[in-house]
Amino acid sequence: MIEIEGITKRYDATTVVDDVSMIIEPRTIAVIVGTSGSGKTTLLRMINRLVEPTSGIIKLDGADNRSVPGYELRRSIGYAIQGHGLFPHRTVAQNIATVPVLLGWDKDRIKARVDELMTLYQLDPREFGPRYPHELSGGQQQRVGVARALAAEPNVLLMDEPFGALDPIIRTKAQEDLLAIQKRFGTTIILVTHDMEEAVHMGDKIAVMDAGKLVQYAKPAEILANPASSFVETLVGASERPFRLLSLGRVRDAVENGAAEGEAIPGDASQRDALAELLWSGRPALPVKGADGKPLGRVTVDGLVKRAARPA
Amino acid sequence: MKAWLPLLLRLALVVLLVAFVTSPGWFEPLLKPLTENNAPVIYNQGSLLTLTLLHLRTVLIATVAATIVAVALAILVTRPAGAEFLPLSRSLVNIGQTFPPVAVLALAVPAVGFGEKPTLIALFLYGLLPIFENALTGLTTLPANVVEAARGAGMTGWQRLTKVELPLSAPIILGGIRLSVVISLATATIGSTVAAKTLGEVIIAGLLSNNLAFILQGGLIVAALAVLIYDGLSAVERYAARRMGREAE
Ligand SMILES: Nc1ncnc2c1ncn2[C@@H]1O[C@H](COP(=O)(O)OP(=O)(O)OP(=O)(O)O)[C@@H](O)[C@H]1O
Ligand SMILES: [Mg+2]
Repeated sequence: MIEIEGITKRYDATTVVDDVSMIIEPRTIAVIVGTSGSGKTTLLRMINRLVEPTSGIIKLDGADNRSVPGYELRRSIGYAIQGHGLFPHRTVAQNIATVPVLLGWDKDRIKARVDELMTLYQLDPREFGPRYPHELSGGQQQRVGVARALAAEPNVLLMDEPFGALDPIIRTKAQEDLLAIQKRFGTTIILVTHDMEEAVHMGDKIAVMDAGKLVQYAKPAEILANPASSFVETLVGASERPFRLLSLGRVRDAVENGAAEGEAIPGDASQRDALAELLWSGRPALPVKGADGKPLGRVTVDGLVKRAARPA
Repeated sequence: MKAWLPLLLRLALVVLLVAFVTSPGWFEPLLKPLTENNAPVIYNQGSLLTLTLLHLRTVLIATVAATIVAVALAILVTRPAGAEFLPLSRSLVNIGQTFPPVAVLALAVPAVGFGEKPTLIALFLYGLLPIFENALTGLTTLPANVVEAARGAGMTGWQRLTKVELPLSAPIILGGIRLSVVISLATATIGSTVAAKTLGEVIIAGLLSNNLAFILQGGLIVAALAVLIYDGLSAVERYAARRMGREAE
């Protein structure tokens, strides 16, 4: 659990982060969104004390983050820096191994971990391990940056726009992988992004920042349904809201009784994908199948449209 | 086709240099026309090889000392605690460079006596500036988010310095050392005026006895050394810079 209590950061006269308080529950993902310069990176960096706050307290699992030396704190927190920040004089494998080496892991364990992460991020350890960062594409560099943050299996992960340079296919894959890792290890993640789609998809909660202030911190459905201000409304994109809302739900939860013609859609697909498929194929209903392939019922255009409306 | 040509030229220069300092007699016919009245053609008051090695040793000692001090100073003034000493150390090092080496020799002799010591002092002071300035440039122009990533990973100040900051500025620091070495190679010749055993001895002997052949052979050996060492260090620098994906400047 991360408790941020009345955190303020001032540089001279300008307040960059202004009295922000929020609680990130253990094993959840909090996504921070906001315009450029709204203080997202600064807030993130106060958690691992790369920036010292002007006032306020941050607690990790109940302990003040100033109770251990800064470098020790930072070894226990994964940090994927904005723009990857790979060490240009170290190979990809050495970059990923940074924190495990600092923690004094033995060689075999480090190698196994590096290979595991590289394989996860679709970088062949034998081909890419000995390369230098400048010999990678922007997207590959970014994946190495994320792998480096994950290397020591941290309980808390801070990620500053980690997927910005990835193409849509790899980005979706990287998001799914991160969600899987988060589920498996129960990692608490704070992720900064400019991509509202990503925020709604990844976040258990979304924090919206504007000019240093936390203007809303709530579940994605709540942010979509009841934006706290016109700023939040603009940020979530008014015309996209119904679809974002649908993307939060699973087909399984929208199943109605009855049958329908054609190829069945899996129950754990998103409702938005189901609606897209219905609209595109011009059919009024689709059959739904469970993970075991058994029919569950059907989804209909009418049923989904109702679910896309603003919750009462 | 073209790629091996520079390498071949360098190799030829090395062979020529080694041949000249080990068996200067072979080259006597070439230098003969430069002498008059049957004066000796090849330096005869000591072995050229010994003088070359001593010359190199003097330069090496002075450069190593200058490197240690200049880099340490640059590290010190780029830490938050030492930042206030930056202007002071800059001017001190600048004085070292502007003070003519001959004057340093003249001042050092009464203090430390004749021989290699005053030469070392002069070379050391003269060599500080290029190394210091380059180390300063290297350490202050590191990519900010790489240094931040090192902090973010939990490196201590010392680990950041040794694992990230120094390796990243190595090519630039090497550039400073290269300049310093070349300056020292040439400047070391004047050490012979205070009885240091360097190749300057050959040149001075040539001047005293009006022997153009002596002056030329002393000068040529120093020049060949300078070219080869400059070249070698440039190659090391380029290699280091390339590994970091930076173009060598
Ligand atoms: N060290 C600093 N000194 C002075 N001002 C700073 C410093 N660091 C950040 N700022 C200012 O604080 C504000 C917030 O910066 P921050 O990096 O947190 O923004 P951000 O929300 O992450 O923006 P982006 O989306 O562009 O990454 C900016 O106006 C920035 O100029
Ligand atoms: Mg930022």
